[in-house]
Amino acid sequence: MIHKHQVLIIGGGIAGMGAAIEAKEAGLDVIVVSLTHPVRSHSTCAQGGINAALGNHPEGKDDSWEKHAYDTVKGSDFLADQDAVELMCKEAIPRVYEIEHWGASFSRYEDGRIAQRPFGGAAFPRTAYIADKTGHQIMHVMYQRSVKLGIPIVYDRLVFKLARNEDRVTGAIALNLITGELEAYQADVVMIATGGYGRVYANTTNSINNTGLGMVLAYRAGVPLQDMEFVQFHPTTLVGTNILMTEGARGEGGYLRNRLGERFMKRYAPEKMELAPRDIVARAIWTEVLEGRGFPGNYVHLDLTHLGKEKIMERLPQIRELALDFLGIDMIYDPIPVQPGQHYSMGGIAANKKTETPLSGLYAAGECSCVSVHGANRLGGNSLLETAVFGKIGGKEMVKFIQEKGPHNDEESVRKALEEAKQEVEELLNKDGDEDLFELMRELRETMKEYVFVFRDEKGLKTALDKIENIKKRYKNIKIKTKTRHYNLELERAISLGAMIEIAEAITYGALYRKEFRGAHYRTDYPKRDDKNFLHHTLLYRQGWDKLPKIGKKPVVITKWQPVERKY
Amino acid sequence: MDADKLNKEYEFTIKIKRYDPQVDKAPYWKDYKVKITASTTLLDTLFKIMEEQDPSISLRYNCRSAVCGSCAMLINGKHGLACKTKPAELGTSVIKVEPLPYLPVIKDLVVNMDPFFEKLRAIKPYMITDEANWPEKEFRQSPANHRAVDQYAGCILCGACYSSCITVWTDKNYLGPAALTQAYRFVIDERDIATKERLKLVDSEDGVYRCHTSFNCVEACPKGIKPTDAIQGLKRKIAVQKIKSLLRIG
Repeated sequence: MIHKHQVLIIGGGIAGMGAAIEAKEAGLDVIVVSLTHPVRSHSTCAQGGINAALGNHPEGKDDSWEKHAYDTVKGSDFLADQDAVELMCKEAIPRVYEIEHWGASFSRYEDGRIAQRPFGGAAFPRTAYIADKTGHQIMHVMYQRSVKLGIPIVYDRLVFKLARNEDRVTGAIALNLITGELEAYQADVVMIATGGYGRVYANTTNSINNTGLGMVLAYRAGVPLQDMEFVQFHPTTLVGTNILMTEGARGEGGYLRNRLGERFMKRYAPEKMELAPRDIVARAIWTEVLEGRGFPGNYVHLDLTHLGKEKIMERLPQIRELALDFLGIDMIYDPIPVQPGQHYSMGGIAANKKTETPLSGLYAAGECSCVSVHGANRLGGNSLLETAVFGKIGGKEMVKFIQEKGPHNDEESVRKALEEAKQEVEELLNKDGDEDLFELMRELRETMKEYVFVFRDEKGLKTALDKIENIKKRYKNIKIKTKTRHYNLELERAISLGAMIEIAEAITYGALYRKEFRGAHYRTDYPKRDDKNFLHHTLLYRQGWDKLPKIGKKPVVITKWQPVERKY
Repeated sequence: MDADKLNKEYEFTIKIKRYDPQVDKAPYWKDYKVKITASTTLLDTLFKIMEEQDPSISLRYNCRSAVCGSCAMLINGKHGLACKTKPAELGTSVIKVEPLPYLPVIKDLVVNMDPFFEKLRAIKPYMITDEANWPEKEFRQSPANHRAVDQYAGCILCGACYSSCITVWTDKNYLGPAALTQAYRFVIDERDIATKERLKLVDSEDGVYRCHTSFNCVEACPKGIKPTDAIQGLKRKIAVQKIKSLLRIG
């Protein structure tokens, strides 16, 4: 049986639900197909807030969406597409109000307006927040709105293949974990909103299901991945588990100190100090560690002890509890050991500011996409914003697409994809080789942590690529021990590992190609930004499992800000 | 930090209640011996068992930081999140792990959450406002009201309270602590205009009056939320509403 809908949304995070809400409100037949229930999505992990130039903060009266846009462009090291950034920053204001009208109970000022806090790389305090649980509540509000509108959602579904014909996308195939059977979805438009790939790294803040499979869906269907070399490492993640400690902690006045007790940021960003953009702070911390001024165990201290109990309990209750639960340290009284960890993907499925991909009918929004509003480095508070704004825009654009292009009746292409998918699953379940699936996953994640981290060079990247190619070969020879189909997580991991390998290869290959330093991509062998040769987006076109991708270029859209040196 | 002490491993026996309704006639216990450190969470312990011994175990997980609500289960007879529980802190080297009670088992630790979400949907879990007349900017909400709402909006919908509630076990129509708590979250939100309608929804035999305040839900909640406070709050609001109606002032 083929499930037929007008709009298929893959992924139930904030971007996917935002798109579903728009399409549903326009009267379309929408379905959300997701690996987890929406409220279990990684969107819930966003802590610190969402940027919008509301001008509510006493020091933010002169703020404007144009200033927000410039901060974003400068933060991106001038690689973001400026038209898309302008759109995002302008839409930020009505979108935050809309989410508030839907029920988000933001932290407030005495007069009842939404409170805002300072965040890294921003000229004004413009990050609206709900203590340090902003993503959690916005995610719940999106789900609540979907309940109001009666949007059908199915979860425990691993979408692992798109269906397409020569002209357009026609649907997708999911593994229903509950039954173990495959399900075919036919749709006139499809949106991928599956989030990032953080789990490709051993040291990540990301949720366990963030494998990047959604990006690979598009990649395998012929859509290029863009700017994959740009990986954000969050400066402050808990040592060991790499659980996120929000940038809001520094926004509220927290200090970073090395083993000598120095606020070392004075050497790297004398003006902005702890509130420099993330790429700069992460590099600073790692430099301190590499030069022997970190603590044994490769960390520095995030010191909030001067903020006082009241402020911490009101503004940062969640991270206090996390540090207590996971390290037994109470940040009211003691500094927290933190280190940089993979956090966010600036790159993703190539898309434009309408969230359209080059494949007709296929849209991508949120972290899995590269619109590109973050360029070479994303500012804190701009990822919730991107999901909120571009999810909605994508929903509207899908409605227009259906109005203009109408339905397709190509059931045949969906059946064909289903048959291929059945064969792929059958082959995987029959795998009886010598390689251990979990060992390969561990090796892949350690390789990325070791060689494709904050500082990169040709030798390390080539080593990483060799290791990835080796893992790729061995992947064909894995063993699947669990042969039953019913909620078979070993099968789910095996499918996901196939995607993780392709993502790791794309990141590393892109990083080898880009011989410059820009934003989060620092090449110690090319430590200068090179606008002459690299002021463009990188596109990677898949050439097949056994081949390296082909590289293409896409110009950066510059509306009014010419690249200048980036200082903080 | 003392690295040797941190890395020291201790042996635990994890007893997992296994059940695949498609294959097994009844649930059964399976024991796994595993070495973990004092800081290893139960979730990581389960992953270690899956990776090293038995990948056929099924469970739900995602954030591993107590905010997504996926991994609620019964741990040595108590409700908890696997990601927030450390075996070394349970005072015994034998840990029993079971799926959430009172929800149908899909496989092993994975349960069907549909009954839980159906009851949540029944209380209209979304803010109701005059949508034709939204203000140009935000609704004003006092910081005190934000704080009151925030206590309950922090719910992660993990289902622990629901599955711990004796009344849920005995009355299949009872809305249960999570849904009632969310009802209260919207009743007290000064921006919401549907208080009367909301109180009507819970003013029934299957609503607030079924709660016997056994406080299981309070003990089960991994986020420190007190559903019984919310349910008592709803009862008070209903009483006030009734008096107002009698006096024809509301």
